[in-house]
Amino acid sequence: MNKITLWAIGVGLAAAVAMPAETINAAGATFPAPIYQKWFEEYHKAHPEVQINYQSVGSGAGIQQLTQGTVDFGASDMPMTDEQLGKITKYKVLHFPTVLGGIVPAFNVTGVTDIKFSGETLAGIYLGTIKKWNDAALKKDNPGVNLPNEDITVVHRSDGSGTSFVFSDYLSKVSPEWKSKVGASTSVNWPVGLGGKGNEGVSGLVKQTPFSIGYVELVYVAQNKMSYGSVKNAAGNFVKADFNTVSEAAAGASKEMPADFRVSITNAPGKNAYPISSFTWLLIPAKFDNAVKGKAIKGFLDWMLTAGQQEAAGMSYAPLPKPVVVKETKQVASVQ
Amino acid sequence: MAGTAVLPAPTQSRARKFVKLLQNSDQVAHLVTFIFAASVFLVTVLLAYELWIHSAPSRAKFGLAFLFSQTWDPVAEKFGALPFIYGTVLTSFLALLIAVPLSVGAAIFLAELAPARLSNVCTFLVELLAAVPSVIYGLLAIFTVIPLLRQYGEPFLKKTLGFLPIFQGPAYGVGYLAASITLGIMTLPFIISISREALLAVPREQREAALALGATKWESTWQVVVPHARLGIIGSIFLALARALGETMAVTMVIGDDTAIHTSLLAPGYTIAAIIADNFTEATGEVFVSALVELGLVLFVLTMILNAAAQLLILATTQKGSKR
Repeated sequence: MNKITLWAIGVGLAAAVAMPAETINAAGATFPAPIYQKWFEEYHKAHPEVQINYQSVGSGAGIQQLTQGTVDFGASDMPMTDEQLGKITKYKVLHFPTVLGGIVPAFNVTGVTDIKFSGETLAGIYLGTIKKWNDAALKKDNPGVNLPNEDITVVHRSDGSGTSFVFSDYLSKVSPEWKSKVGASTSVNWPVGLGGKGNEGVSGLVKQTPFSIGYVELVYVAQNKMSYGSVKNAAGNFVKADFNTVSEAAAGASKEMPADFRVSITNAPGKNAYPISSFTWLLIPAKFDNAVKGKAIKGFLDWMLTAGQQEAAGMSYAPLPKPVVVKETKQVASVQ
Repeated sequence: MAGTAVLPAPTQSRARKFVKLLQNSDQVAHLVTFIFAASVFLVTVLLAYELWIHSAPSRAKFGLAFLFSQTWDPVAEKFGALPFIYGTVLTSFLALLIAVPLSVGAAIFLAELAPARLSNVCTFLVELLAAVPSVIYGLLAIFTVIPLLRQYGEPFLKKTLGFLPIFQGPAYGVGYLAASITLGIMTLPFIISISREALLAVPREQREAALALGATKWESTWQVVVPHARLGIIGSIFLALARALGETMAVTMVIGDDTAIHTSLLAPGYTIAAIIADNFTEATGEVFVSALVELGLVLFVLTMILNAAAQLLILATTQKGSKR
């Protein structure tokens, strides 16, 4: 008996020593998970007293866990709705944009490497009203491109995702027909097409299926060397997605940024703004019961907005534009 | 464990006493094993209860129409289960149609006809296949089954049997047919391995008696050994069906994930398990989540109905055959 007791005390002591002063739990979006993991790891190296555990369970699950109070903060690819915010009465939830993502139309058309898409054409393709690659609408935007007389195979995400939300949100803004028939959400009732699970599922189907089109994250398409088209923005220019054009969309939208940062930046103004861009957010309670935890999270947010941002491009995420960082720094100060 | 040896004497004897009691006393053993058995029952009841409770908003909103509606619109929050029930039942049925003749044939060969060494090697491989994770089967299907179907299989079916509505429409590769073939391959090892055991369990005397009466080797196998082992074979088929009904990962990778019902086997579809896995993490709104839970409930009931049917079938065949 004595031996067992001693052993138990020993284990308890070891655990107490090994445990950092503050363990913070977070859960949410999968799209920014790679950079979040890296951030939390680096911040832990610089500040051993703070340990943040992140589960990339999906935006919806992140919001749910935050609502139930099982995590200290959440993360999401779409801002929380008023209804969702209303369910959390204990404290106010603040939105902190962290990095930006762009979503591109990737395609597989033999002999064609670049196609220009206007918002209306993309909506038409995904509604099933534009059926052929040599449709008049596509030909008009792509003079000189040899578009074949072949059926378009449409590919979309089958799993609920922030990517689908941003894409359908963009189509809702540029096409009244899409807005009334389909709408914007993490998963929608797709009128046509095949579904693929995850970015890898969609890009796999596009790569395998001749004459197909699918929407995928810019990060993903860059790693997989796929052909993707440029998209017409609100200023009327055809823009190809990269870190600069995506960041410019955020800069264009930041002029009318609401105080709570809950904003969609699809179809943003700006000459070179890429129209299918989006923030991804951390969902932070405005007041923590545990003051030590609150202080630790504030410290991390400040670090994320300065040192953290410099790592974004290296990880294939577009960094936040300056004006947004300035606004967010003010919001960090309000966390208690 | 080194720790056991240094335990103080009183504890040791007490522990010994308890073990002895367990060994000798029927009542204690009865109680302990009863608790273990009851936990299985408890888990099943708890599962059904949780599914029932958490599907309440969806049941209240859609009622029985949930089972017959074909709409799946998360934006308008209108949900119906029919395309998924259809996809689940169709792909599982087709999978068995592919797997049963193949695997029962293979089991007969391995148990009755093959030389012992070959049989052992094959059985080892079959058991290895049963342990392969489903996501690996899914990947395998993406890189082999689907390109083959798209380039050769489906164009061939359209050319030869294209007058049938079930073989019409564009050849995407992914779809009901690809999912059924993948599921068929995945269920093969289960049927082979259990059917083989059942065939091997048939008493030697049965074969010898048949041979003594002048039957050929095949006649004794087909007319005596296989009927004798049919309970085991049917059991293996239903185990395979259960696996096919609940299979998630491999199916969602190859079925094309379309929330509509299509007559053509070449068209994309969906299954219950696949849509739950795809949408649960990102589902927003109470109704959406509870609709997914209700789909889980539907799958639970579907599996129960099919299991009950299996029991009835076994009952019917045992009464018809020789009473044992």
